[in-house]
Amino acid sequence: MNLAGPWIEVALTLCIFSFLYRDNPLFKFAEHLFLGVSVGYLFIQVVFDTFKPKVVDPLSQGHWAVLVPVFFGLLVLTRAVPRLAWLSRWTFALIVGFGAGVAIPSIIHTNILSQIAGTIRPIPHRPEGGFSTYGMADLGTDFSNLLVIVGVLSVLVYFFYSIEHKGPIRHVARLGTLFLMVSFGAAFGYTVMARMSLLYGRCYDLCYYGSAAYGYATPVLLVVFALFLAVHRLRGGAGRDGSGGGA
Amino acid sequence: MPFLKRTVPLAICFLFGIVFLIQYFVPHQVSQQMLTTVNDWMLVISGFAMFLGIGSLFLQHADRIRRQVPGWGYSAVMFAGFLVMVVTGVLARGKTSSIETGQQTAFGWTYLVLFVPLSGTMFALLGFFIASAAFRAFRVRGLDSFLLLAAAFILMFGRVPLGEHLWSALAGAVPGLPQIGEISEWIMSNLNLAAKRGIMLGVALGVIATSLKMIFGIERSYLGEGGGKG
Repeated sequence: MNLAGPWIEVALTLCIFSFLYRDNPLFKFAEHLFLGVSVGYLFIQVVFDTFKPKVVDPLSQGHWAVLVPVFFGLLVLTRAVPRLAWLSRWTFALIVGFGAGVAIPSIIHTNILSQIAGTIRPIPHRPEGGFSTYGMADLGTDFSNLLVIVGVLSVLVYFFYSIEHKGPIRHVARLGTLFLMVSFGAAFGYTVMARMSLLYGRCYDLCYYGSAAYGYATPVLLVVFALFLAVHRLRGGAGRDGSGGGA
Repeated sequence: MPFLKRTVPLAICFLFGIVFLIQYFVPHQVSQQMLTTVNDWMLVISGFAMFLGIGSLFLQHADRIRRQVPGWGYSAVMFAGFLVMVVTGVLARGKTSSIETGQQTAFGWTYLVLFVPLSGTMFALLGFFIASAAFRAFRVRGLDSFLLLAAAFILMFGRVPLGEHLWSALAGAVPGLPQIGEISEWIMSNLNLAAKRGIMLGVALGVIATSLKMIFGIERSYLGEGGGKG
């Protein structure tokens, strides 16, 4: 069995987790390695998934039109030469113009019309089998639909600053704030749980590679790194090796 | 020069903005092909922008190594990480597994052994900091903060087996109490949806207004310094 992979994985995971203790050389090492590896991965992706199929291959088949984006792409690189940096404006104008032109109709369709259509539901809604079967569950659905309409309108009123929020408008805007608070709380909970699932994945790997089959990678490296950090602390290493600075 | 520095970019922006605004309403094959082609152009241009970013990063770290500032060794580690990925990536022609044999390539191995644990742990680490910051900052001082906390708590509690198990015990004691997963789902698809839609509608109107201002040259901040003056 190849043990190099599991040992490297455990070592890098522990290096990053060592930041929970404090900023230290192990974390700085893993942080910079992550930066280099990410950039390298992105570079390969762009070269082989974008440039090769969309520039090199078409050019080799005589499709000269791909020289247009290459020209505008090269203009972006003029940012590195202050005297010629203004040429990059042409590319930015192309990106902004294209983005704006594409965004307007698609946003009207997806973010406005579809959202309004999804909000305005018939109340009472017609259950399967007609109104003769209308029950408590349907009442709940109607209540939820009504709540969505009230929520959307009150949040819009909250963000409508052209009129002063006083009188009845103030109360509606206040209701909008409450809906927003629930939404922010839900978004927070959702984000924390997404991070926790990643944490669970890393902890699972640490436990899995801690077995005899992998040469007790996790406990051995944990002890080694703990000793390293203790020695580093005793020698007053923080700051001398740049571990207090940013990437 | 003001013509090249200001008028040409404004004209390019106007031309592409108007053409692709109209393109949406032309359901012809040529129109669809034009959109696909220019979308590919954007990917190529973003690739060049990435080269600019990498160049800037390399210059900064090369300078740190040249001047041997404290921690310059970490910059060397950054270059080493980059080289490992690029060399294995070029040898594998950007493939994580061989098309013929289905075997993992050296690039796939470095991706799984270096990139996956590093990125996963880095983002998992944020979980600690979010939880720690929330513990220190969140205090129930009124109805607003109570709702925020309650929604966050229900969402987190409703998405883990332990939370569901504990809630089931409580639901057994209180007849008619829905499951925590159902409550969390109801919050997401009603209260959260309502607020998100309100925000989305506002953002959409803002994007449309800003896009129109950019197409017609009223908003020129994307031209950078001197863009408005020439």
